[in-house]
Formats: sequence, C-alpha cells, structure tokens
Amino acid sequence: MSVLTRLTGGYGPGRKGAGARKTVTFGDASEVKGSPSWSLFSLLFVALVWWWIKRGPDPIINDRTFPSMRQTWDAFFELVDRGYRRVGLWDHTWASLWRVLKGLVYGVVVGVPVGFAMGLSNRLRGIFDPIVELLRPVPPLALLPLFIVWFGIGEGSKVNLLFFAAVWIMVIAARAGVLGVRGSKVHAAYSLGANRWQILRYVILPNALPDIFTGMRVALGVCWGTLVAAELTGTTTGLGAMIFAASKFFRMDIVVVSIITIGVIGVAMDLIMRFLERRLIPWRGKG
Amino acid sequence: MKDLSVEGLGMVYELPKGGSVEALHDVSFDLEAGRLLTLLGPSGCGKTTLLNIIAGFLTPTSGSVTLGGDPIAGPGQERGMVFQQGALFEWQNVAQNVAFGPRMNRKKRSETNELVEDLLSTVGLQGFGDKAVYELSGGMQQRVALARCLANDPEVILMDEPLGALDALTREKMQSLILKLWQETGKTIVLVTHSVEEALYLGDRLFVMAPRPGRIEREYELPFAANGLHVDPREMKASPEFIEKREELLSLIWEMEEQIMGHEGGMA
Ligand SMILES: Nc1ncnc2c1ncn2[C@@H]1O[C@H](COP(=O)(O)OP(=O)(O)O)[C@@H](O)[C@H]1O
Ligand SMILES: [Mg+2]
Repeated sequence: MSVLTRLTGGYGPGRKGAGARKTVTFGDASEVKGSPSWSLFSLLFVALVWWWIKRGPDPIINDRTFPSMRQTWDAFFELVDRGYRRVGLWDHTWASLWRVLKGLVYGVVVGVPVGFAMGLSNRLRGIFDPIVELLRPVPPLALLPLFIVWFGIGEGSKVNLLFFAAVWIMVIAARAGVLGVRGSKVHAAYSLGANRWQILRYVILPNALPDIFTGMRVALGVCWGTLVAAELTGTTTGLGAMIFAASKFFRMDIVVVSIITIGVIGVAMDLIMRFLERRLIPWRGKG
Repeated sequence: MKDLSVEGLGMVYELPKGGSVEALHDVSFDLEAGRLLTLLGPSGCGKTTLLNIIAGFLTPTSGSVTLGGDPIAGPGQERGMVFQQGALFEWQNVAQNVAFGPRMNRKKRSETNELVEDLLSTVGLQGFGDKAVYELSGGMQQRVALARCLANDPEVILMDEPLGALDALTREKMQSLILKLWQETGKTIVLVTHSVEEALYLGDRLFVMAPRPGRIEREYELPFAANGLHVDPREMKASPEFIEKREELLSLIWEMEEQIMGHEGGMA
C-alpha cells in the first residue's frame, strides 16, 4: 500500500475492504490493516490532552515541567530561523543523521562479510561465534566510557559506538541470509557451470539481500536510539546535545521540539527504507 | 554422445543419533546415450540419492558412476538438473534465469540472447523473457527450469520429480513437452516420478525401485515414449497395452507398500 493511500485512507470507518463479504473477521489477521482515520483520531486525542493540561492561566502542569502547544510551535520556528546557540535545528538534525549513517555504513561494511564468512565456513564460524555471542548482548552505551578514552570525547567515540551498535545486527542478518539459501538453488548453479566465486556473487549474495536489508532497518533504528543518548556528552551538535543543553536552562519547549523531531526522523527513515526495499528487492519472500 | 554407466553403487547414510540407512545397495546399470530412463518407486527407496550421486552432489559409499568413460567426481555442466520447484533464481527475470549457464561460462552476450530467445520459444514461453519468475504459474516455472538446463547443452538431464508439484492438467501438457524436448534434442534423460502413468508414458526405459535397502527391483523396456508424439496422449494412456502395464506396475508397487507397512507395523 502506498503512503498516499495509507494517509488518504482506503479502509476508514464507513469504507469496507474485501472483509465486507467475510463472516469471520475477528481473529483474521489479514483483515487488520490499520485505519488512517482512527490514527488521525488518536493524534487529535493526544493534542486534546496536551491542550487540556495546559489550559487557562493556571494550568495543571506548569511551563517548567512541560511546554504548551503554542510555546512548542513558536520554539520550532525559532529553532528553524535562528537556531539554538547559533546552530539551527536542521544543522543539529543533520549532525545526528550523519553520525548514524557513518556508523551504519561501517557496520554494514564490516558486518556483512563477517556474517557471510560465518555462514560459509566451519572454521570462521568457530572463530567468530564466541566473539559475536559475547558482545552482541552488550548495550552499546555501556561501552561509551571506554570508547571516550580510546577514541576521544568527540566524533570518534560516537561513530565508533554506532558502529558497535550496528555491526552485530548486520553480522547476524548476513549469516541468516546465507544459511537461508535453498540447497537446490546452489546445486542448480553448480550444475550450470558456476564456480565458487560465482555461486557467492550470483546466488548467495542476492539470496541474502532481503535479510541484509532487514538488518539495516533494525540497525538504523537501534543506532538512532543509541546516538541521542551518546550525544548527551562531549558534543555541542546533534539533537541529543540540544536536548541536554536546553534542559539545563529549563527550555522544555526546545526539549519537546527535539523529541518530536527525533520521532519524526525515525519514522521517516523507516518509510524510506521500506520504499527502497520494495524498489531494490521486489523478490523478497517470493523464493 | 556419451553413455552413462553406474557400477555397484552403494550409499549408506550415517544418522547423527547413531545407526545408519542403506539408501542404495549395489545399483548397477548402463544407459546408452539418448535414452529416457524413468525411476519409479515408493518414497525412501533412494531415487533422489541416486540422482544426486549422478549429478555429483554426493559421493557414494561404494561403486562408481562414469559418463562416456570419465568418472564423476563433482557437479558439472554436462549433467543438467531440473528440480521439483524453488530452484529458479527469483532475483532474476525469466531470460536471465535461462541465460545463467552461458553467462557463468562467459559466452558472448549477443549469442546468449539469441539462444535464450530460441529456448524460450522451444518451451512455449516466447515473450515472457522480462517477466519475474514468481509471476509465473508452477507449470511455466518448470518450463523456465527446462530451458535454463538446456542452455548449457548438457549430455544428460536429471529430473527429480519435475512435475510433482503441478496440477493434473498442467502435468499432462508438461509430459508432452518433455517428450518433445527429448525427441528433438536426443538428450539422455533420467526422470524420477511418483506417478505410474508418467513413468510409463515418458520412459523408454523404466526401473521400479524398492526400499530397504534401496535397489532396482525390476526393469522394463517400453514402447510408449517413442510413439508418444504421434499418438494422442489420452488415447495412448487408454490403450489396452498401456493399461495392462499400468496395472502390473500398480500391483507391484502396492505389494511393496504393503511390505513397508507390515515392516513398520512390526516395529511398532
Ligand atoms: N541426508 C540424509 N541423511 C540421512 N538419511 C537420508 C538422507 N537423505 C536421504 N536419507 C534416507 O535415505 C533413504 C532414501 O532417500 P531418498 O533418496 O530421498 O529417497 P526418495 O527420493 O526415493 O524418496 C530414505 O530412507 C531417507 O530417509
Ligand atoms: Mg526424492
């Protein structure tokens, strides 16, 4: 379903899909498609609660604790126009995004070959297995103190931390992609005259791409979440840094704008990845 | 043209929990070039194992296979393989799938394109070259698999229940296609099937195999495949000679199944 039909609502209340002819719909997962009009409703409800807790001259929650919608709106335009401490909202956002992209790219570049090696060779599987299994469950932020000592308090420690967050996910995804290749496809390729390199390039790699892509989507989300926490120290740019600086001066309006930006970017990244996935690997799940 | 020779083939699988299965026991036969051999038998009698050994995917525990006198040690493109389903490359379109072999051999692109066009029309898929394979029906996918296999011009084509996943009507059409390809190309074909009718109709030689241990129980020389394209297939399958052979084979296989059931009942 395209983003457009999702937003304009093919299945809102009053409109019925194929389910109109089914007698059993409760428990039929294919009939649960989400409903844009109800999504709009829930957003309006959040806005209503927000308005209600800040209503009147003496609101339930004061401005030091949570800003009003109006303040947040104004803060947003202030941030876009003049920025916070002379750094614009987009510059902060871009600084964060750039770190995430770098971490993700390094994670893919290292993780995919390691995952392939683990899926293709007993010896390499044996060598990498304990390392991967031991380091994978470690929350990246637990390593931040070490990384600051090793790579400096600035960019180095942040990008390396994101690399760490991404790489295990990519290793596991690539390994799963290799292990998922059907034996008959590999056999067919050998019988058609392919050598080992060609099997890797023309069978195993394309077969693993859907899993690798899923890994990238997960890694992107994890990196984004890790980054904002990592930016709370050692940098003056990035959405996390902006939150931290603003909170020291009780600029809750700026904090809230940052939080909303983080959420919206997260959703946007996932939508872009899904779009790319449909474009680049239309064969997903069709094997 | 090369003859296929199988000598004293034995295959024992060691089971991970201990014990072993004798999937093939002393299987020997010679298959002259250009013949179509069908293998028929209840599941577990080693048909897939035999085919995988000839294809070079498995090394037998004992015995040997030679093609034109050369021993088989691994997979090679003089022995093409057609699987039941799911062996096409879904990331490539129909034409790319068919072109896979020539491409791996770094053949000239223009020649390959021509060959692909030819093969697609041979299997009745002209104009389908840029379709995705997952957009095709099961029967059409098997046509692609046949064309892909033919693209490398193999000496022998091995087919492991190639029509097993198709509905009855599609199956009959595909049987005629296989006969046509066999007669036009003169290739040696070894085809595994579960269907007695298919084994009779397609096989110009037929082995009935039996399990525990997997072996060749009986051999037949059959007249039907040679005439298959000149006579209406329905008529042929309804002819007295065909029906007589069919009943003979069915009762043979029933007997076998009964023995297997008895065996399993005895174990329980
Ligand atoms: N990889 C394997 N490991 C252990 N046993 C196997 C293996 N492959 C096949 N077998 C056993 O060998 C026998 C023959 O199998 P197979 O060649 O697949 O028979 P068919 O294709 O005729 O059904 C069966 O009993 C089967 O369980
Ligand atoms: Mg089998």
